Amino acid sequence: MSATEAAAIGLTHQSSEDTGLGHRGPESKSIVVPYGFWLFVLSDIVLFSALFATYATLARATDGGPTSMELFDRNLVAIETVALLLSSFTCGLAMIAAKRRNMVWTQGWLLVTGLLGLVFLGIELYEFGHMIGEGAGPQRSAFLSAFFTLVGCHGAHVTAGLMWIGTMMAQVWAKGFRPDITRRLLCLSIFWHALDIIWVAIFTIVYLIGTLP
Amino acid sequence: MFGKLTWHAIPFDQPIPLITSIVVLLIIAAIAIWVWRNGWWPYLWNEWITSTDHKRIGVMYIVLALVMLVRGFSDALMMRAQQSLAIGASQGYLPPEHYDQIFSAHGTIMIFFMAMPFIIGLMNFVMPLQLGVRDVAFPTMNNVSFWLTCSGALLVNLSLFIGEFARTGWLAYPPLSEKAFSPGVGVDYYLVALQIAGVGTVLTGVNFVTTILKVRAPGMSYMRMPVFCWTTLAANLLILAAFPVLTATYSMLMLDRYLGFHFFTNDGGGNSMLYMNLIWVWGHPEVYILALPAFGIYSEVVSTFSGKPLFGYRSMVYATLAICIISFMVWLHHFFTMGAGADVNALFGIASMIIAVPTGVKIFNWLFTMYGGRVRFTVPMYYAIGFMLTFVIGGLTGVLLAMPPVDWVVHNSLFLVAHFHNVIIGAVVFGVMAGYTYWFPKAFGFTLDERLGKIIFWCWFIGFYLAWMPEYALGFMGATRRLQHISDPSWTPYLTVAMIGALVILAGIVLTVVQLLYSIKTRDRRRDLTGDPWDGRTLEWLTLSPPPHFNFAVLPDVHGEEAYWTRKLTAIREEKLIEEPKYEDIEMPLNTPTGVICAFFASVTGFAVIWHIWWLAILGLIGAFAVLVWYAWRDEHEHIIPAAKVAELERERRRVRAELLKTLTVPA
Repeated sequence: MSATEAAAIGLTHQSSEDTGLGHRGPESKSIVVPYGFWLFVLSDIVLFSALFATYATLARATDGGPTSMELFDRNLVAIETVALLLSSFTCGLAMIAAKRRNMVWTQGWLLVTGLLGLVFLGIELYEFGHMIGEGAGPQRSAFLSAFFTLVGCHGAHVTAGLMWIGTMMAQVWAKGFRPDITRRLLCLSIFWHALDIIWVAIFTIVYLIGTLP
Repeated sequence: MFGKLTWHAIPFDQPIPLITSIVVLLIIAAIAIWVWRNGWWPYLWNEWITSTDHKRIGVMYIVLALVMLVRGFSDALMMRAQQSLAIGASQGYLPPEHYDQIFSAHGTIMIFFMAMPFIIGLMNFVMPLQLGVRDVAFPTMNNVSFWLTCSGALLVNLSLFIGEFARTGWLAYPPLSEKAFSPGVGVDYYLVALQIAGVGTVLTGVNFVTTILKVRAPGMSYMRMPVFCWTTLAANLLILAAFPVLTATYSMLMLDRYLGFHFFTNDGGGNSMLYMNLIWVWGHPEVYILALPAFGIYSEVVSTFSGKPLFGYRSMVYATLAICIISFMVWLHHFFTMGAGADVNALFGIASMIIAVPTGVKIFNWLFTMYGGRVRFTVPMYYAIGFMLTFVIGGLTGVLLAMPPVDWVVHNSLFLVAHFHNVIIGAVVFGVMAGYTYWFPKAFGFTLDERLGKIIFWCWFIGFYLAWMPEYALGFMGATRRLQHISDPSWTPYLTVAMIGALVILAGIVLTVVQLLYSIKTRDRRRDLTGDPWDGRTLEWLTLSPPPHFNFAVLPDVHGEEAYWTRKLTAIREEKLIEEPKYEDIEMPLNTPTGVICAFFASVTGFAVIWHIWWLAILGLIGAFAVLVWYAWRDEHEHIIPAAKVAELERERRRVRAELLKTLTVPA
């Protein structure tokens, strides 16, 4: 019997018919964990897509109240956007530093990322407070309900991200660049970049289109 | 201090929920004391509650599902009894506000806490075994998912004793479910419980998709996976894409109720039809999240008991994926009466008919698998055949409902209710009962009593037809759904037959408990010593029954479709087992109480949110975060099973396998 024949009926451990996918057996944790996290991020994006659809449906349902034209301030949003996009860049720098196992720069860039996130969040809270002060709170109309929920949900994600950054800084400090810790850092950076992607959509659909003359 | 919670929340003036709650609490206390007196708590805690073993988590899911089946079915019996009593002058025994809670609880519990846990339990138990691996991708998260599901189930059932449940139907349509029309805590119980359980389900989706796409035995390429794994993959992709929409929708309704937002309200520019659209963008895929794994179970059962490879394996896979995609394009058929216009209704009507095509492909594949096979009429096979007959009827009434003009006539009638019970019972309940019977020996090492199993099947089968065929007729006669009182006495005979049908199903459920107890008592007569009691074809039958903690001493090397069947045939021809491999240490994840503690804090937070006890809600959230950080801080993730121990267990398996081999011949 030839080796191929033996393989075909399963007598040897050498697979003669390499079918491409899955022949190597289970993937390592460094593949499995970020892959699973990616799936979670995708499901999170589906959640946002429901909020976007809601916003699109209710954008003109102002109930006689203020409209997007009257409310949104492009300049403020521009600063917000720069802060968040820059934080994505510094998050990338933190990952490079982590890859080189440089504790000081990893912590430093994570800190800068967190601070930029805080700036973003601060501006957003200022915008929210300002709108509510003007009587344009989420209870005013369906449009404002949808606006506060969509943008607020992104803000809540940024807040969760900030808590995560803080936790990771403590973990990297306490445990060093262990494989499980670097996997978590990778997941954190996936999460942080995903928030950027969603923000770009919010920026376009809510603020740019909302202030088109 | 205690928000809206006062002594009035406990229904002292309503004997039915009060007595039920007291009886349930006594039963729980009795079980707890019994377990404590026997000294089983440490065992339960160490081996089950904190377990990260996919097999044990699967079993716990199914236990939850069976308990919730009893709860949900009690609701069904109460509804049937009310409808057979409250005819004409009689008002029956349930006032409307109580009856409305019962039909809402029935739907909610049966879908979210019976069908979902049953399906997820079977996927949990079987899928890693079929893929030839040792666990799912994220074992701890699996445990967390289970306990979050339990937390949701706990809150829904708590509403019986403290407060009330929603009176809005199982999908809580606004504006009825808005604060203005449902000021009580019922809808809040509904929303919070399902949000918590929904998080658990999404985590399951992440876990299982990752497992199937990234954690398979060597050689287990996609087109070699058993069809049950394919349907599990499809169902979990649907979970990932559909459940976040549910979370978003419920969050919006919660914002409306708690903070006065205007998503779905009548005033402020709100749009309640938006809710219908969003909820069914989740709701229709949900039907297939339940049905596809059931189709997978039938595929395994029909193939095994026909002694043939599944007919049209590839077409089965393509049909599964087609259903997976088209299921997102049919949601509007749940409300053709919205008034979206002829074009939109026609589009969704046609899409709904198209989705019947891949389902039809599957039916033919199962039939052709049986054709020319040596069919063994075991209990799972009974369910499979019963399913094919019943599901075709349900599918045809579904195609009927997919025609917008017909739908306008029978919308919200008992015809619709009969249709979806026809497909859910015919496909999902028969499927999980088949799966339960089929994989029971793998989980516990002995089979269930066959004779009782067949009686249970006939109870479900006959009971279903008696209970639901009259409802089709009633629907045509104009009976709308959710009637607390029947004003037309000429419907009495139909309702009486339906009541009898429900009692026949009750007999089946009681016998299921009897069968379990009897089978445990007489287990020595039906031990499965070989690990392969049904002459199976997929990898779960390669290992012992029950499988060792690590499932496989060495991950099986897969050659061709039907991994285990190929290997078995080779062994028979060669008259010897595969050569003994070199055993190595196995790393297995440590058990952890993270899941149960997380779920504890989730339950506390949920309860606090329902009753507006804000300080407690904040404490609960802090607690949950602290548990996650505490878990993330641990240094030991795994424990080692030494090679010597593995070899010892594996040699025992090889010994029984060698004996089994002597009795086998190559099938004709």
